[in-house]
Amino acid sequence: MSHYFEIRDLHVHYGAIHALKGISLYVEEGEIVTLIGANGAGKTTTLRAISGLVRPTSGEIRFEGEDLLRYRPHEIVALKRIIHVPEGRRVFARMTVEENLYMGAFTRTDKDGIEEDLERVYALFPRLKERRRQLAGTLSGGEQQMLAIGRGLMGRPRLLIMDEPSMGLAPILVESIFDTIQEINRQGTTVLLVEQNAHMALSIAHRGYVLRTGEIVLHGTAEELRNNEMVQKTYLGMA
Amino acid sequence: MWERLRYRLRYVSGTDVALWIVAALLLVMITVGSYNSLTSGRYTGKQWFDFIISGLAQGSIYALIALGYTMVYGILFMINFAHGEVFMSGPFTAYFLAEVLEQRGLFETNPWLALGLVMLLSMAVSTVVAVSLERIAYRPLRGAPRLVPLITAIGASFFLQYTFRGLYTPGFKAYPEVQPLKGTWTLFGLEIQRMLIAVFVSSLLLLLLLYAFVQFTKVGRAIRAVAEDQQAAALMGVDVDRTISITFAVGGAAAGAAGVFYALMFRQVNFFMGFFPGLKAFTAAVLGGIGNLPGAMLGGLFLGVFESLGPSLFLEGLGVPAAYQLKDAIAFTMLVLFLIFRPTGILGERLAKRA
Ligand SMILES: Nc1ncnc2c1ncn2[C@@H]1O[C@H](COP(=O)(O)OP(=O)(O)OP(=O)(O)O)[C@@H](O)[C@H]1O
Ligand SMILES: [Mg+2]
Repeated sequence: MSHYFEIRDLHVHYGAIHALKGISLYVEEGEIVTLIGANGAGKTTTLRAISGLVRPTSGEIRFEGEDLLRYRPHEIVALKRIIHVPEGRRVFARMTVEENLYMGAFTRTDKDGIEEDLERVYALFPRLKERRRQLAGTLSGGEQQMLAIGRGLMGRPRLLIMDEPSMGLAPILVESIFDTIQEINRQGTTVLLVEQNAHMALSIAHRGYVLRTGEIVLHGTAEELRNNEMVQKTYLGMA
Repeated sequence: MWERLRYRLRYVSGTDVALWIVAALLLVMITVGSYNSLTSGRYTGKQWFDFIISGLAQGSIYALIALGYTMVYGILFMINFAHGEVFMSGPFTAYFLAEVLEQRGLFETNPWLALGLVMLLSMAVSTVVAVSLERIAYRPLRGAPRLVPLITAIGASFFLQYTFRGLYTPGFKAYPEVQPLKGTWTLFGLEIQRMLIAVFVSSLLLLLLLYAFVQFTKVGRAIRAVAEDQQAAALMGVDVDRTISITFAVGGAAAGAAGVFYALMFRQVNFFMGFFPGLKAFTAAVLGGIGNLPGAMLGGLFLGVFESLGPSLFLEGLGVPAAYQLKDAIAFTMLVLFLIFRPTGILGERLAKRA
């Protein structure tokens, strides 16, 4: 049986470093799935492999049954609409907020749809609308994260993969970002969410995977993971 | 107050002091020289005006070439030292078309069409050379240490010079004259050489067009995105390799156009014609802040005017003999001074921020 999105036995090496040691996971259409793990576990590497930024040594990455490994990064965006909101925001600092958002829709040609999505993003993040003409480099960290997410949405993702959207944000903002992710999901977008903030991630996700030094050590529903003793100790900071 | 001065001086090295003395001396020399020249009445106001106009025309050519240096630097952080040869390849090739068209009498009967055809061919050849250069010589080296593509660029520069020398023979070739651009026009009661006006105005239009392309089109936005962050651009669905090719193409086309303007102004082309304009344009790009598009344009115009006024304005005023022959020295002195005192160029905080 085939899943909406699936990774099978994926290995990635950086020179001599074996960063992913045969991980497997899947995401069904409409889900929020989270991948949690400590620093250096290989979360970012997994997402970079999905979007084609690193070449895996072996394994499979399939979207609707089709192998993604033969595509270059820009093709994965253009053909599959798998959109990666990268770690550390990576907004285009010397472009305006609105230019950044249009960059998110770079591969699209449906003018009306783009304008519609622009309004949708502005409705989700009114702060961005106020600052549409401002250079992205002058936004605060939280605003940049909103922009990075909004830019991702402008690609009308069929699978949205997000790398630590809560990083470096104040608790109130973290909460609102997670609310937004949940809202985006309710509007029909499938999400694969990488987080160190396991508490928040497990509170909105349907299922989750725990990654430790390149291996998946645990997999279950969010509920199961929240109640798992090892997860509680290691990732939820409970005694 | 002395306390504070002494405190600040603790962080000033001997080299700094020596450099500031050099800078101060140069400033004094320029001021004294200019004062002498202006008060001596050796040149009339009209002559000064002519210096400025020809400086602007020359400078706009530098600006067009500098565009290619600065765009390539902006996107790959490399100095394409073979860009002078990209500039040479177009007009040198187009010369042969110009020769044929002149023999057929097209420069007589329809000079604008003839010029247009020559211009198109020149831009096309420079574009192809620039794009091939990137594809063959630079792309395989992406990710290599920065010195490697730099050395490759110098190698490519020699390769192109001698290839074109071999193809088209080493001698100078004279571009045909364009009748409507001969003589002068009278503007605001001043007589100005038509050629200078034509070159200046068309270069300026082309510069504005290219700037608008980078600033306001989708492809231009992709170029800026790749220049800022290649991976983030790829995640937006931008084909990074293709965008880099386009950047080289734009720089090449601008250089090819500049080449025809240069050939029309100086009437001759040969395989070595790219060397000095290339270095000057590189200087202009550094003056403006390399990586910065408006900076390259301003840097080009500024250098052109400075170089054109300089010999008569401050060198002769200091009693330097045969000052006009020191024109090139002025440009390169400026390059060195900028690299020492303001490596980020006139408009260039951007580079500093990025580093
Ligand atoms: N470009 C690289 N070159 C060499 N090693 C790398 C590279 N990128 C990542 N690694 C290594 O691969 C391992 C996994 O890194 P990765 O960035 O995927 O971790 P992560 O789970 O995202 O961590 P964090 O939570 O800190 O972002 C780490 O040991 C890291 O040092
Ligand atoms: Mg990471």
